[in-house]
Amino acid sequence: MNDAQTIAVEVIGIEQVTPQIKHFKLAAVAGGSLPVFSGGSHIIVVMQGADRIHKNPYSLLGSPQQLDTYEIGVRRMEESRGGSHFMHDRVVIGSRLEIAHPVNLFGLDKIARKHVLIAGGIGITPILAQLEDLHGGGVPYELHYSVRSAEHAAFLERLRRREGDRLHTYYDSEGQMIGFETLLATQPLGTHVYVCGPAGMINHVIATAKACGWPDSHIHWEQFSAPPVGDAFEVFLARSKISVQVPPDQSLLESIEAAGVEVPYLCRGGVCGFCHTRVLELDGDLIHNDHFLSEADKAKGNSIMPCVSRAHCKRLVLDL
Amino acid sequence: MSAVFNLHETFRDDFSYRNSARAIRRFPLPFSEDSYMYSVNIEPHLPGPPGSVTEFAFDVDEHYVAECRERAIVLAAEPLRYQALPHMMSSQWDCLELIMESLARDYPTHFSLAKQGNRWHWINRPLQIDQHFTFGDTATLPRQPLDYITRQAQGDFVVMDQREGDLWTEAGMVTTQADWSLDFDLGMTFKEWHGPVPLAHELGVFDRALKFLLNLRLGQPVRRLNWTMTIHPRLDTSPENYPQWGTDRATVTAQNAGDLVHLRVELQGLWRLPRSNAIVFGIRCYLVSLRELATVPKWARRVHRVLKDLHPALVDYKGLTRYRDAAVEWLAPFDDGSPTTPGTAPE
Ligand code: FES
Repeated sequence: MNDAQTIAVEVIGIEQVTPQIKHFKLAAVAGGSLPVFSGGSHIIVVMQGADRIHKNPYSLLGSPQQLDTYEIGVRRMEESRGGSHFMHDRVVIGSRLEIAHPVNLFGLDKIARKHVLIAGGIGITPILAQLEDLHGGGVPYELHYSVRSAEHAAFLERLRRREGDRLHTYYDSEGQMIGFETLLATQPLGTHVYVCGPAGMINHVIATAKACGWPDSHIHWEQFSAPPVGDAFEVFLARSKISVQVPPDQSLLESIEAAGVEVPYLCRGGVCGFCHTRVLELDGDLIHNDHFLSEADKAKGNSIMPCVSRAHCKRLVLDL
Repeated sequence: MSAVFNLHETFRDDFSYRNSARAIRRFPLPFSEDSYMYSVNIEPHLPGPPGSVTEFAFDVDEHYVAECRERAIVLAAEPLRYQALPHMMSSQWDCLELIMESLARDYPTHFSLAKQGNRWHWINRPLQIDQHFTFGDTATLPRQPLDYITRQAQGDFVVMDQREGDLWTEAGMVTTQADWSLDFDLGMTFKEWHGPVPLAHELGVFDRALKFLLNLRLGQPVRRLNWTMTIHPRLDTSPENYPQWGTDRATVTAQNAGDLVHLRVELQGLWRLPRSNAIVFGIRCYLVSLRELATVPKWARRVHRVLKDLHPALVDYKGLTRYRDAAVEWLAPFDDGSPTTPGTAPE
């Protein structure tokens, strides 16, 4: 991403929609429409914190037809390294932020005969915009939305109103669970499944769909890992010839950027593969938190996705 | 730029197509040095210097009216030069929006676009078109949106849907192509479509190009130049019409090459489309005869050297085998062996 191309936005609406999720409305500072996007897109929000810059990916949840504002939902992460806390605690109506143009890594397949959408918790956000793209399209779809309890079901009213009996809700608190085996075993040929939610849910959907014989190309998922906290470590950048300290609450990518070295990225959430970096030397373990590298590649230990992954080591040398 | 249009020139029959002195000097020469090897050479499609072919998103030049007329002639005979699969409708509107907004912004004397919500008013003065329509409602346009707008644009357009980690050629307007066919390639993936380019697979260029394009970002279009040669200023050198143009090659001699042989340069632009998440691939064709080219001494020397030393596999692939030697012989008197300055500028 090229940061020169960010768009200045102002926060014009904030609503606490569940105990943990805040809903933000953003409008262009320059006025007028924001760029057109497609359902499933995310933006990177650039936040100027007191002592550092946060850049977090958030899915656009509003209608692609309504471009006077962008809407995002932000869950307060328990172990946040700052981005979600900044949005929850520091951002008020009138705050200014920078955003990048939307990118879609979770688009609807245009030749699908049917869409099955599965959301867990905050994972509902990209699916809300996908639903907007499906309205009036003539392709059948259904939505399965799983949350801890009714009070944690963000945007439930909106969904009930628009989706009617296409919406199926499941509350953990009442012991309700999505029956993935039945759901995925009984879909017509040409159905595509989209899942966004906690890692366990995504892995379960992928495994179940594969066991039911679904082709990989019909299984879509998105999960942005917030970069987890971890131990501090040091990294040497071989081409730049500098050492960089990575503190416990800052990601490897953020630390490298703070040292003035650019790394290409799209998602900052371990999905797109764009920040893929070669590991030249290592005398410990890599802690892979991404969804991009295969298990085999992770085991090889010769590459890392610095946006979400870390290391537990004395010495790490990267090809940067 | 307010181009004065060459209203009556033709790309067939009497081939009255000509470049003005100004058009020659802005010709996008694809050779930045005296030798050539295939590469992907993709760069950001940023505005070039005033007057250059990359000053604006879509270049409108003195051939605009004549090229639109040539397109209409081809389509009247072969309607399948325009095709779109049904799931490509949102990308069609994306393309219409991109082209109308760009032309109206960049050439306000020729084009204008007024919007009131979804009610749009489009004026194309060179083609004398005045159209009110509702954006998103196909019934309010005389043709499908992509068909409609690309009949008013120079160059071919191919729209690729992105799914399953690949790009699928699934809509397009192709009437000025250099020897490939939309009818044949519709539904192909990126690598199938580019399959025949020799040497490129070994160089791994397509794997890298595909990865790059899958990540192409909204608002950050890219471009590259490609080239071949064509006998006569013939835009439509399609495989379907090979019988009409294939035999031209045998008529070239060292005496007539200056007028018959044309350098054909494609300015290829790629844009991510916002609603459909598809990619539109614009292929804008520029033709210049060797005689026109030779009015720029540096270019004459350079093109002579490039053609003389071209890799044999590329000579074959680009279809130059029968007349390359004649073209080299025609250019030889312009090459005194003196060095050329780096880059493509005329001096
Ligand atoms: S930036 Fe997308 S995987 Fe790291």
